[in-house]
Amino acid sequence: MVYLQHLISGISLGSVYAIIALGYTMVYGIAKMLNFAHGDVIMVGAYISFCCTTYLGLPPLLAVVLAMAFCTVLGIIIEGLAYRPLRQAGSLAVLITAIGVSYFLQNAAQLIWGATPKSFTSVVSIDGLTLFGGALRVSGEALVTILACIVIMVLLMWFTGKTKMGKAMRACSEDKGAAQLMGINVNRTISMTFAIGSALAAVAGVLLCSFSPTLQPTTGSMPGIKAFTAAVFGGIGSIPGAFLGGLLLGIIESLARAYVSGLANAIVFAVLIVVLLVKPAGLLGKQVTEKV
Amino acid sequence: MKRLSVKRGTVANYATYIGVTIAFVVLFLLQQQGALSNSLEGQLIPICCYVVMAVSLNLTVGILGELSLGHAGFMSVGAFAGIIAAQSLQASIPLAPVRLAVAMVIGAICAAIAGFLVGVPVLRLRGDYLAIVTLAFGEIIKELINCLLVGYDENGLHIAFNIRGTTTMSALGLSDNGIEIIKGAQGAVVTKIASFPAGFILILITLFVVLNLIRSRSGRAIMALRDNRIAAESVGIPITKYKLMAFIVSAALAGAAGTLYGLNYATLVSSRFDFNTSILVLVFVVLGGLGNIWGSIIAAAALTILPEALRSFADYRMLVYAIVLILVMLATNNPTLRAFFGRIRSTLGRKSEKEAADHE
Repeated sequence: MVYLQHLISGISLGSVYAIIALGYTMVYGIAKMLNFAHGDVIMVGAYISFCCTTYLGLPPLLAVVLAMAFCTVLGIIIEGLAYRPLRQAGSLAVLITAIGVSYFLQNAAQLIWGATPKSFTSVVSIDGLTLFGGALRVSGEALVTILACIVIMVLLMWFTGKTKMGKAMRACSEDKGAAQLMGINVNRTISMTFAIGSALAAVAGVLLCSFSPTLQPTTGSMPGIKAFTAAVFGGIGSIPGAFLGGLLLGIIESLARAYVSGLANAIVFAVLIVVLLVKPAGLLGKQVTEKV
Repeated sequence: MKRLSVKRGTVANYATYIGVTIAFVVLFLLQQQGALSNSLEGQLIPICCYVVMAVSLNLTVGILGELSLGHAGFMSVGAFAGIIAAQSLQASIPLAPVRLAVAMVIGAICAAIAGFLVGVPVLRLRGDYLAIVTLAFGEIIKELINCLLVGYDENGLHIAFNIRGTTTMSALGLSDNGIEIIKGAQGAVVTKIASFPAGFILILITLFVVLNLIRSRSGRAIMALRDNRIAAESVGIPITKYKLMAFIVSAALAGAAGTLYGLNYATLVSSRFDFNTSILVLVFVVLGGLGNIWGSIIAAAALTILPEALRSFADYRMLVYAIVLILVMLATNNPTLRAFFGRIRSTLGRKSEKEAADHE
């Protein structure tokens, strides 16, 4: 029963990672860049929602929608100002710029909201489930997170598989030049990807802070790194892969935290290394053969 | 013509040594005169460490062409191995500079072993996967050292792991005159023995190793791997051997820098060497120019001083730092500016070539 309890908290933590990883994997798939600022967009989303509920007294659902809208715009602005001019540059230049954006967001947040942690009130008001006569508890936050994660994944798979924009995204991630020749507006497609990724980051930020209610400018960086490892774990660029990677990472982390508390992160990363050595493209990634 | 190009490379090498020496002499004299501000004086040894870190990471990222996000992990291994060595050898080697040198050698060896252990499996991966595994390695090292308890008494070293957060220093069973060296999450207790001249000597050794490696047969093989792995393999260059060589040399130098850094503070916690430190060093390398050793030195020194120099902006300084970082990256990759600098360089280059031809 104790195992099951850890498993459930792992799945809900993993669902948050999965939502972040979905955003990461889409951006990576299309722009081929490690967007280190993604974790900080999570933090901004959580702050916006915090301000809406605490200072303006808005209902939680509206706060989440506003946070998503704000992060969407933020994502488009970041892409347009910082990443688009570097489209032709090397991947390292883009990486360093992303790090610059990440520093910028963290320090801007520190100036606006201060370095002292804010206590975030959970946006979820549903009661949790109690199973097996109280032996097993599933909190309302966990239910909402797991549900949100599944809904988001299904929507994204439908979006990339069936809609025109989604197909354009897949075309761009395969070959930008050829996509452009087919009349796809590459810049707009990449902007759109960043918009979706950032909106997902806002949702993830709100859910993450509903679990662990301390909110500070550095809140997003560690979950951001872990979500990225989750995306790599599952095979980067693959949507079901990001979902699976996020869940597994969450479960491993919560079990490790319960039994070897001091080495929880070390164990998570060690598992990642082993997986990459056995399956270098990740769990569900495609093995691309190299042409000479 | 061939002789000329070799000569030019040697001249550039000597210029690097001389430039660094002049910078050291000037700073050292200023320090002796007390003309340096307190904050700058406190930065001298960290600057030396970061210069070594940047030059050694440049070997991995710029010369070998593999992105590493865990360079601080090697620094950490070197720092804590060096601290253990320096603290436990206090009685047997009373002379501080000798003890520092021994500690640095031990730190470098331990980091090289870590580099080998990480390198063998990891260098088979490519691109961003390698980056993510090095990142993971850095985090693993950080947590392992966070759990590590080390003490020393006349019976030798005592080591324990505080995995569940319940083990304390008493579990080591130190005798009465034993010393506690690493206290888990509280960090290491250090007798400060690092000095600015030692940092300078470390920089010179690093430059000597890296510049000579680049200009050797092995260095050319490593650069061939970077430029075209498949072509290099097809002419019979053993990939794993040369990749490992560059990776281990880079790790060992980072370890020595870590020892110097660690022995410069009274206490040291492992979270000092986190992901952000790795990124910081990577920023030095990329801003200085990939494969450009001079650039790494200048970028490391300038960017270590910059946050201090921006102190007058108070709260805004890290924000300004971030904006400067983004703007520099945008400017250096702007096609118009690049073309402009390219024109200047080619005009200068033509002039110097003409002069060289005149001399012959």
